[in-house]
Amino acid sequence: MPLVNWLRRHFVVIAGLLTLAYLLLPNVVVTVFSFNKPKGRFNYQWQQFSTDAWKDPCGVSGLCGSLSLSLQIAVWATLGATVLGTMIAFALVRYRFRARGAVNSLIFLPMAMPEVVMAASLLTLFLNLGAQLGFWTILIAHIMFCLSFVVTAVKARVMSMDPRLEQAAQDLYAGPAQTFLRVTLPIAAPGIAAGALLAFALSFDDFIITNFNAGSTVTFPMFVWGSAQRGTPVQINVIGTAMFLIAVLFVLTSMVIGNRRNKQKA
Amino acid sequence: MATLTEAPPPLSPTAPTKKPPRKRGRLTPYWLLLPGLLWLFVFFALPMIYQASTSVQTGSLEEGYKVTWHLATYWDALSEYWPQFLRSVLYAGAATVLCLVLGYPLAYLIAFRAGRWRNLIMILVIAPFFTSFLIRTLAWKTILADGGPVVGALNTLHVLDVTSWLGWTAGDRVLATPLAVVCGLTYNFLPFMILPLYTSLERIDGRLHEAAGDLYARPVTTFRKVTFPLSMPGVVSGTLLTFIPAAGDYVNAELLGSTDTRMIGNVIQTQFLRVLDYPTAAALSFILMAAILFMVTLYIRRSGTEDLV
Repeated sequence: MPLVNWLRRHFVVIAGLLTLAYLLLPNVVVTVFSFNKPKGRFNYQWQQFSTDAWKDPCGVSGLCGSLSLSLQIAVWATLGATVLGTMIAFALVRYRFRARGAVNSLIFLPMAMPEVVMAASLLTLFLNLGAQLGFWTILIAHIMFCLSFVVTAVKARVMSMDPRLEQAAQDLYAGPAQTFLRVTLPIAAPGIAAGALLAFALSFDDFIITNFNAGSTVTFPMFVWGSAQRGTPVQINVIGTAMFLIAVLFVLTSMVIGNRRNKQKA
Repeated sequence: MATLTEAPPPLSPTAPTKKPPRKRGRLTPYWLLLPGLLWLFVFFALPMIYQASTSVQTGSLEEGYKVTWHLATYWDALSEYWPQFLRSVLYAGAATVLCLVLGYPLAYLIAFRAGRWRNLIMILVIAPFFTSFLIRTLAWKTILADGGPVVGALNTLHVLDVTSWLGWTAGDRVLATPLAVVCGLTYNFLPFMILPLYTSLERIDGRLHEAAGDLYARPVTTFRKVTFPLSMPGVVSGTLLTFIPAAGDYVNAELLGSTDTRMIGNVIQTQFLRVLDYPTAAALSFILMAAILFMVTLYIRRSGTEDLV
């Protein structure tokens, strides 16, 4: 019975690692199949090892165009949502005012709404206004649904801030602007960065809302969606793999920098 | 540190030093809120109103639509598409339960057992987010491919016999069956379960576990009586964050399913973007919203956790 005992003792670790494997399995498959040389149009079966797609990631027409469009939209959406969201978060945490509850629920609702409902209703608005669907309608939609997530992320950080630090700054004769730039903003920065990162990821990856409001404009997720019907080029796996690696590298570097800073402080 | 360029404000003994101009202070929150809330109002709330009005209009694309308070659209939509509604609730419910069962051990592992591996595991949970979820969902087509290793293994273990009998799979296929759709949904929304669970588990004081052990509670009892109840906020927000988007999703049903696994999101998408029957589509999306709000309120009432996120 030693095996059973061992399994019982390490149940959480084993089950947890199995879940982690389930989470990462598709990424492994995406990576492996980025080195495939498919026979037909569909890259679902392993045929032959090749690095062709890695050498020529833009070799499929429209792929890199859609990628750069998605990046542009994500950057602007992140900027917009982060600025608006940070302002709201500060107002909610730092001030007591009437209708605070109503504002809180208006912030919460977009997160509690199925994407398809928001997407469809926004499209009815644009259709009613006769707006030209494209870059601007996508950007508007992305800022809208990223906003609540930024507010939540920034709020969490601002709530844990000690307001006495700002009072101390003012006691040392710092003006309001100086206090904000030198004390408040640096302390809130990790929360704002987290919100911005979340907004970027959400915007870059959004398919449902974009699909409704893009008209004939093709973002990267829409390109992937379209290619699922026509036949997925290997290049899509290459870009998927690259995105995963960049994300891991990015987080690892930021962690190393954070550790070093903590050590310096200590 | 701070270089003082301006003269300090004069201090009069009568006026308290810390009193900013009251009037401006009172308006500041409103100025801070104004742009963001305006955005949400114009592009979130107003569209809902437009959609409500669209759902009670009749007419055609060529002749234009008029508000006629034709409420029968709702009834027709519901009676025609109730199977898709039911399926959405069932699939999303199954995926949520699976996410909880799969996600809890991993969240627990990160919170209490990972030690110095904690950050690495955290990264591995979050990093897949950055590979487009469509690409990852398409990868499931390869994993669950007919005659592939996964399907082969399930076949050898006679799992597929049972699931086919239950109607979850069809013969020796997994792709294009409900099982594939639920598997995809579970996969896609698992991080949304793990992160809130982890947050609430991490807040639990480890000494409570020791105390339970000192009182002769076995590990299972400790979990049932101490850990799980204390993680309830995480369970509640995790299930909501999983169930709501899963119920409205149409990507998994489209990529991994068949016409027999269409969910309500697929119908709304088709009605809006291909059939161009706007009133029906608007009515469907309103019913979905109402159903979800109803279920969520009920669930929050029952589980008794009001502070979300």
